[in-house]
Parts: sequence; structure tokens; C-alpha cells
Amino acid sequence: MTVVALEATLRERRDRGAKLLVPYITGGLGTDWTDAVRAATDAGADALEIGIPFSDPVMDGPVIQEASDRALKAGATPHRILAELAELDLGIPLAVMTYYNIAFRAGHERFAADLIRAGVGAAILPDLPLCESGPWRGAASDAGVESVLLAAPTTPDGRLGELCEASRGFVYAVGLLGVTGERSSLAASATEIAARCKAVTDRPVLVGVGVSSPGQAAEVVEVADGVIVGTAVVRRLMESGPRGVGELVAEFRRALDA
Amino acid sequence: MNEAEPHTTAEHDGATPPGSKPSSPSPSPSPYPGTVAGEGGFPGGVMGTPTPEGRFGDFGGRFVPESLVPACEEIEESFTEAWADPDFRGELHRLLTDYAGRPSPLTECHRLSEQLGVRVLLKREDLNHTGSHKINNVLGQALLARRMGKTRLVAETGAGQHGVATATAAALLGMECKVYMGAVDVERQALNVFRMQLLGAEVQSVESGSRTLKDAVNEAMRDWVATVDHTHYCLGSVMGPHPFPWMVREFHRVIGDEAREQCRVLTGGDPDVVVACVGGGSNAAGIFSGFADLTEVELVGVEPAGGAAIGRGIPGVVHGMLSYLMQDEDGQVLEAESISAGLDYPGVGPEHAHLHATGRARYEAVSDPEVIEAFGLLSRTEGIIPALESAHAIAWVAREKSLRGKTVLVNLSGRGDKDVDQMMEILK
Repeated sequence: MTVVALEATLRERRDRGAKLLVPYITGGLGTDWTDAVRAATDAGADALEIGIPFSDPVMDGPVIQEASDRALKAGATPHRILAELAELDLGIPLAVMTYYNIAFRAGHERFAADLIRAGVGAAILPDLPLCESGPWRGAASDAGVESVLLAAPTTPDGRLGELCEASRGFVYAVGLLGVTGERSSLAASATEIAARCKAVTDRPVLVGVGVSSPGQAAEVVEVADGVIVGTAVVRRLMESGPRGVGELVAEFRRALDA
Repeated sequence: MNEAEPHTTAEHDGATPPGSKPSSPSPSPSPYPGTVAGEGGFPGGVMGTPTPEGRFGDFGGRFVPESLVPACEEIEESFTEAWADPDFRGELHRLLTDYAGRPSPLTECHRLSEQLGVRVLLKREDLNHTGSHKINNVLGQALLARRMGKTRLVAETGAGQHGVATATAAALLGMECKVYMGAVDVERQALNVFRMQLLGAEVQSVESGSRTLKDAVNEAMRDWVATVDHTHYCLGSVMGPHPFPWMVREFHRVIGDEAREQCRVLTGGDPDVVVACVGGGSNAAGIFSGFADLTEVELVGVEPAGGAAIGRGIPGVVHGMLSYLMQDEDGQVLEAESISAGLDYPGVGPEHAHLHATGRARYEAVSDPEVIEAFGLLSRTEGIIPALESAHAIAWVAREKSLRGKTVLVNLSGRGDKDVDQMMEILK
């Protein structure tokens, strides 16, 4: 399995003037979730975030909670999701998004090695803040896994620089105070946190949480380097399957390229 | 062994009871920075202050989304300041005395003692205002929230005791209050739901996951992530991210401090064994903290067999803490199953994990039928209807033959009024 480096890819595209699009898809959601992964890739995703569902997803709102529940009830496990990902050769970087206990239970070294074997070169663990992340980041780095850290609107300036410095792949700027989910308008905090991150780092800065529509994405990338779109994609997958995902990702792509 | 699993520090201060050994004596260093191997793993002595990183030995920490880290830091700073402030302590003491009815009495159970051949003393937290020990912590946190300028409290609740206590404190201090409660618990603790509503709180039934306490915690944390600028999460047990396990234990320390004095007045000495039920572990932490430095006093926590995080769990991370956790081989959290809504939780406070790992306390499990039996036993022999949670501690004392001839202090953490409906159904 070829691991495509996340940060190198995103930096290269950004430096060519592109705005970055990273859709999120819950692994194991329906028997054809890998078709959705392909559809999102074909529709112009720069990288993909694959959720490994966890029993207690405290950063997720109702839609991704339901997706996680459905996937777990259908027998999704970290092992199975990674095995299915290993079958795909997408040519774009993959990151898993899961909660820390999944990595802790497996053991840092084993979890990192499992990712690499599946062609996944990055991980996002939203309940592992900078202050607790040292041991995992060390193991991840040794295995060649890029560990993406999240910056929140409440993160003080004093820590933001350190956080952006420690992050790998990109900086995940959390667009609002709250859990994942769609909002009718873009929170002012989305561009604020992006601007604060951009001021202290050269790493790609992507805004996620609360980026719900192509219009909102276009607004965000006036400041940020790109967006992560989770709930809207997952809802579309549950409503209209992989083809719907492809259509939605293409809409976001067009809005970012306009 | 799992590479990421914490290891017990090898250092010991001799505080462990004779004959007991740390259950995990591996000398490997912790993978986490900042673990201080002080006396019993605490820089401030057994059940003293955790490390600056919020570690009790290898357990604890602050595993929360980045959005909540600043709030945890603010609470830690405010609590540290308030706890050293005589005005704050004075105000809390006045509320505990004039409002909550402290000190709670110590009751010697003559008939039960005779029947069991064990001298049983009860610390009567059931007689506090709102019917359980929960009020100690809630009054402390509500005062702290007000001091931090927060106007709203959110809380999770299992049996409803912590929810009722939080709703009570919110009413007392004129704060807004929302309580998250698993749908299963809303069903089996309908009386407490109505009490919270009477007190002016909004009760949100939680339909996700196992629809019990664990899911109520998830939902309360989700609320807090979105409202952290004006809301305080009034966590109901010695769990969650640092500083909650430490702070909540400190607010409950009054139980142990009072009981220690009361035992000396009543018996002229210390009890042989101190027993308390353990879900998250707040009432146990409270009473243990008064005796932790007395190495000859044995500390026993009693878990429900269906929610025995220490008995059946292994180290894991959920709800902001690294502690023992019932989980499957992939790290998915298992659903606890207990007759008692208040103990229906797959995790346990990190300080208990440490007390277990160092051998300073031991943890036993009792079954639902044993609890039902103990519920009736205390009611009939002493005229005290215990909460189903507290009946776990009684059940172990009634079962444990080695206690014969000893003096046993049991924390009667709450009263059973809330459980009468449920018991009527069970005993029908």
C-alpha cells in the first residue's frame, strides 16, 4: 500500500494556488462506504478523512453519532476498516479520525504501524489535546504517521504557536465552539481562528466543524487554506449513497475553485 | 502487555496494608510525562494533590478536546485559589451547615451488628439535604462557578441524585440549570426527574448509546463544548479531566474528616475497615480521604458486578481521564449493567485506579440479587432504607465472613426513597 504524504501534498497544492478540500466519511457506514471514498476522490478531494467509529464520540453531533452507531452495529472495527482501506489505491493522502482510546487500546506503536500498513499516513484524535499528545506523537512520528492537532477558538495565543508547530499534516482549526454538525451560517469564529493560525504557522490551515455548504466553504477559504467537510458528506451518504457523496464533493470543489 | 498501558510506579511509602502487594508491580516508566513518584505516587501524600498534569500515579490527566482545555485550566486555577481562601471555605462551610445539615451523624447499627457479628457504623450521608452525599460537591462547584462568573450549570445524572443536588444548588444561587439523564434512567427514576423540574431545572433525556449515565456524560460534555464561555460543567463524581477528580474529592473530604472524629468519639479508636460503594467513586473518595493516612485502616470500594471497572476493566481513556474502563478488544466502551442507576457506569475515577494499583484500597464486586437482599436487610434491622447504590456497600459487609468481630464503617451515601418504586416492581 502506498502512503501518500499528507502535508507535502497539501503544501504543494496550496502553493500552486489551490484551495484544499478534505471530506470526511465514516468508515464502515453501509456496505458501500468505500465506493463513497472513491466517489469523493474522483470528485476532487485533496485528501480524505476516514472516521473509525468510537462508542462515545464526544466531539460529534447527532449526524456523525448516528453514522458511528450504524457502522458499529454493522460490525465495523478498526481492523476491518483499515483492511478495506488497504484495498483501495486512491493516490491521495488518507487520515483517520478517531478517538484516543482506539489508539491507546491498540498501543501507540501498533496503531501507527497498522495505519501505515493500510496506506494511511495521518491521524486526527480530537480528544487528545496538545498537553497529552506527546507520547502518541512520538510513536506516530517514529512510524511515519503525521499527527494532526486541533486548534480551538478558545486556544490562547500563548499555546497556539506551540500547537501549530507540533501539528503535522495540517492544522485543524475548529471553526466554532461546539460539536460537529451543520449550521445555517458560518460562525465568525471560523475565519478568526483560521487567521490566528495563519499568523503563526506556514503549515496548511484547514477549518472544520460547522462548514456546512459550498457557500460557507468559499467564505472560509478567503482566510484559510482549505476546509474539512464532515457532517454534510455523512448525511448525504446516509440519504443518497456514494453517488450523492460524489455530487456533493463536486459542488464543494467547484465552490473552492471558483 | 499493551505498550500504551500505564505501569505502576515501583516506589512505595509503606502506606499499603500489611501483606498487600501492588497488583501491577512493573517498574517500567510511565509513557506520560510528569508522573511524580512521590509518597504513594502523590506529591502531597496518599490522597493528596495530584501532579500538575493531574496524574494520580499513572492515571488521570486531561483527555478532552482542545476547546475545553482552557476551561479546565481556568477551573484548576480558580479552585486552587478558592480552596486556599478562608472566605470561600467559610461560605461553603456555612452552606454545608445551615443549608445541607452537616455534620451528618454517625449511627451504630446495633441489630445489624448482632446479626452479622460485625460492628457496623454508618456515616449518614443519606440525611443530608437532597438525600445523598452529592450536595457536598455541588455546593462547592456552584459557589466556584459563581466565583468564575458562570451563570449556567450543566450536569449529568444517573440515579438523579446528582441532578437533584445540582438543580438545588442552581435554585439556591439563582443559576440556570440543565441536567442530562439517560432515557433508561429517566424511566426508572421518574420521581427524581420531577424533583429536578420542580427545582426549576431542565431535564434532557438522552437517547444515544446505552441511554444511561455514560451517555449522559457524553451529552453534558457536548453541551459544555458549545457553551463553555458562560457555563460550568458541574461534574458529579471524582472523574473526568483534571482538576475534577481532585476537586470533587476535596469537596467530599468533609465526609471522611467528620467520620474519623466521630469514630474516635464513639469507639475510642479507628475502624478496622472503611467501606463505600463505587460507581465513579465520589462518596468512596470522600470517606477514604479521611483515613488514607491511617495505614492500619483497610479501605474497600464495592462495585456492582455489572459495572466493575476495576474488577473487569483495563486501563483506557474516556470522559477526559485515563483510568480502568470496561472495554472490548478494540477499545470500544462496554455498557455497564447494574440495578442501580447511580453505579451504572463502565469507568471509575482515576484516583481509585491508583489506590487499586498501589494496593492502598481494594475493590470488590457484588451482584444485583445481593444488593436487593441488603436493601431489605438494612431496612428491616435498622429502619433505614438505603439507596440502591449504598446497598452495595451493605451487601459486601453482609457477605464478607472475614469481617466478623471487626469494626466496619460504611458510608451510607444516600437514602432509598428514590428507589422504592423500582423495588416495588422487582419484589412484586
